[in-house]
Amino acid sequence: MITIKNLHANIEDKAILKGLNLEVKAGEVHAIMGPNGAGKSTLASILAGKEDYEITEGSVDFDGEDLLEMETEERAREGLFLAFQYPVEIPGVSNINFLRTAINEKREHKGEDPISAKDFMALVREKSKLVELDAKLASRSVNEGFSGGEKKRNEIFQMAMLEPKLAILDETDSGLDIDALRIVANGVNTLKSDDNATIVITHYQRLLDYIVPDFVHVLYDGRIVKSGPKELALELEEKGYDWIKEELVEA
Amino acid sequence: MNNNLKFIKGLTPTNLSVNTNAQKNASNVLDTTDLPTTRTEAWKYTRVAKIGKIDFTNEATTVTSIKGKKVIDSPYTLVFVNGRFSEELSAKSFPEGVTVTPLSTLEGITTQEEFEGDIFGALNLAYLNDGLHITITKNKVVDEPIQVIHLLKGDAQLSNFKVQIDAEDFSKATVVQGFFSEDSNNSFVNYTSDIQVGVNTYFTMEKIQDEEAGNFHIGTDTVTQDKDSTFTINTITLNGTLVRNNLNIAVNGENCTTNLNGGYLLKEKQHVDNHTVVDHKVPNCNSNELYKGVMNENSTAVFNGKVFVRQDAQKINAFQSNRNVLLSDNATVNSKPELEIYADDVKCSHGSTTGQLDDEAVYYLRARGLSKSAAAQLLVSAFIAEVIAEVENEDVKSYIYKRLNERFGWDINPEDFG
Ligand SMILES: Nc1ncnc2c1ncn2[C@@H]1O[C@H](COP(=O)(O)OP(=O)(O)O)[C@@H](O)[C@H]1O
Ligand SMILES: [Mg+2]
Repeated sequence: MITIKNLHANIEDKAILKGLNLEVKAGEVHAIMGPNGAGKSTLASILAGKEDYEITEGSVDFDGEDLLEMETEERAREGLFLAFQYPVEIPGVSNINFLRTAINEKREHKGEDPISAKDFMALVREKSKLVELDAKLASRSVNEGFSGGEKKRNEIFQMAMLEPKLAILDETDSGLDIDALRIVANGVNTLKSDDNATIVITHYQRLLDYIVPDFVHVLYDGRIVKSGPKELALELEEKGYDWIKEELVEA
Repeated sequence: MNNNLKFIKGLTPTNLSVNTNAQKNASNVLDTTDLPTTRTEAWKYTRVAKIGKIDFTNEATTVTSIKGKKVIDSPYTLVFVNGRFSEELSAKSFPEGVTVTPLSTLEGITTQEEFEGDIFGALNLAYLNDGLHITITKNKVVDEPIQVIHLLKGDAQLSNFKVQIDAEDFSKATVVQGFFSEDSNNSFVNYTSDIQVGVNTYFTMEKIQDEEAGNFHIGTDTVTQDKDSTFTINTITLNGTLVRNNLNIAVNGENCTTNLNGGYLLKEKQHVDNHTVVDHKVPNCNSNELYKGVMNENSTAVFNGKVFVRQDAQKINAFQSNRNVLLSDNATVNSKPELEIYADDVKCSHGSTTGQLDDEAVYYLRARGLSKSAAAQLLVSAFIAEVIAEVENEDVKSYIYKRLNERFGWDINPEDFG
């Protein structure tokens, strides 16, 4: 689904990603963990197409296409979705109105007709129920006045509406209480299929009890420095990241 | 004779009879005053020298149809062409309690104007083509809006036009004014109004300015409010090369509400200047002012909003806000909100913001699959919808959205923004 090779990226001349490799196949769930400032959100932003970064080396292949050559919106229409760590508030723009536009842009991209009003409303009902997002919230201005947890659930609601091939969740669990966490995880698990894939960026092993990953990676200083099965997450939770740093120094 | 207004020589003076002191004031101002320059404080950002260079005429013109130049479909529509009443194109009957009279059919016109150096006001009166007087009879509630169409027709036309409205006590009514032009260039609407809002009266004015590029519009609305009244004015500027709106509201009675909103959506070299004054002279009143602009290409906007709260005017709530979005590096905004407060127990706020669209919001929408232009359109629409929502009449709103679509390609569904 996505193959990242030797990715190097700078922001304002500061190297953030320093040779990152990652391959995610359809049907898989990958967790990326790592200390603050390691470059996790940078990776997510680069994959989503944020323009503030300078890619100096490397490649990203997304289903046979050069992802880095695509505009942000093209990536979204091709099925890439980023649940933002800090979703932005957009006063005056109704959540479902913009989602309708987004869905229709995607359908047009694929040569399909616009969704009917009836089907769209049915979809809103189904998906807002899935993430237990109040129908009123679904139709309010995008994230305006939402609590932290509501913003995160709204991200998953949007993901459910757009049914992406590859979803990247950037610390969607941070700041969620256990109920909200369960709801978000349930949303993700319900949407999971053999044809799509998920990258879960998280600080906490806790989420991985609910969204069980096939692989866990440690992102440290701009690179994936260790990968392993889901048990690696437990080890990281227990021992922190220092032992990985030591391993790196020894190597 | 005035040196700046050379075109005056070619004009026919008004044949309407106006009270002599006002007439004298007007000719006095015309004799002694020059066109304002940018050294005149009130005209600092708006250049009008070009107006002095055009050879205007004010002869009568007739048209046989307004060809769709209207804001709404209303059976109560009055049409003025280059400032002159068109009997053929105007409604003959009006709702019960509404009296509409062209000024040209009145015995005489009375106005209290002193002009105080206002050359455009003086020009308006001394060369008044026509206008109308509307009375909303005491206690009458008029549901259907009265529509006044001002059509400019032809080049270098000068339309001096005056609206007098007397909304009597306990009445309720809406007047929609649409300013249009057809095949016009270098023409100039010089408009004044005199609006009296009676005791416990609700009066709403919707002004839609949609003259073609190449034309000028200078207008002054003068409003007085009696106690317990609500006055609302929404001024939406969609086109025109140079537009200056002066709005002077004297709140003379207690327990009044004053709503003044404006939207301007500009492109090319359009220049729009809104100067507003709300004068709170007595206690216990509210005023709400919201002006919002979207600026494309080389357009310029000026906002100068003054709110006075006089010494005796305690317990006033006065809110004023001017917000602008610049969609081009070449667009300019000069915004000056001003509060002058002489009372101590008041709640007032004012603010002004001018900026680009929020990059983070654009990115967020694009990351969901919207194109750059769709994202920008959605954000601009949300921004301007707030002020269009203040327009009370749904048909007027539809007209605005239709024109935004035609001018900017913005396909806005008002229901999405409320
Ligand atoms: N806009 C920016 N300007 C400068 N430095 C930035 C910017 N965004 C992120 N960084 C830096 O890049 C590094 C990686 O940040 P980030 O990707 O957010 O880390 P993580 O998500 O792993 O906590 C940090 O050192 C951070 O300070
Ligand atoms: Mg982060």
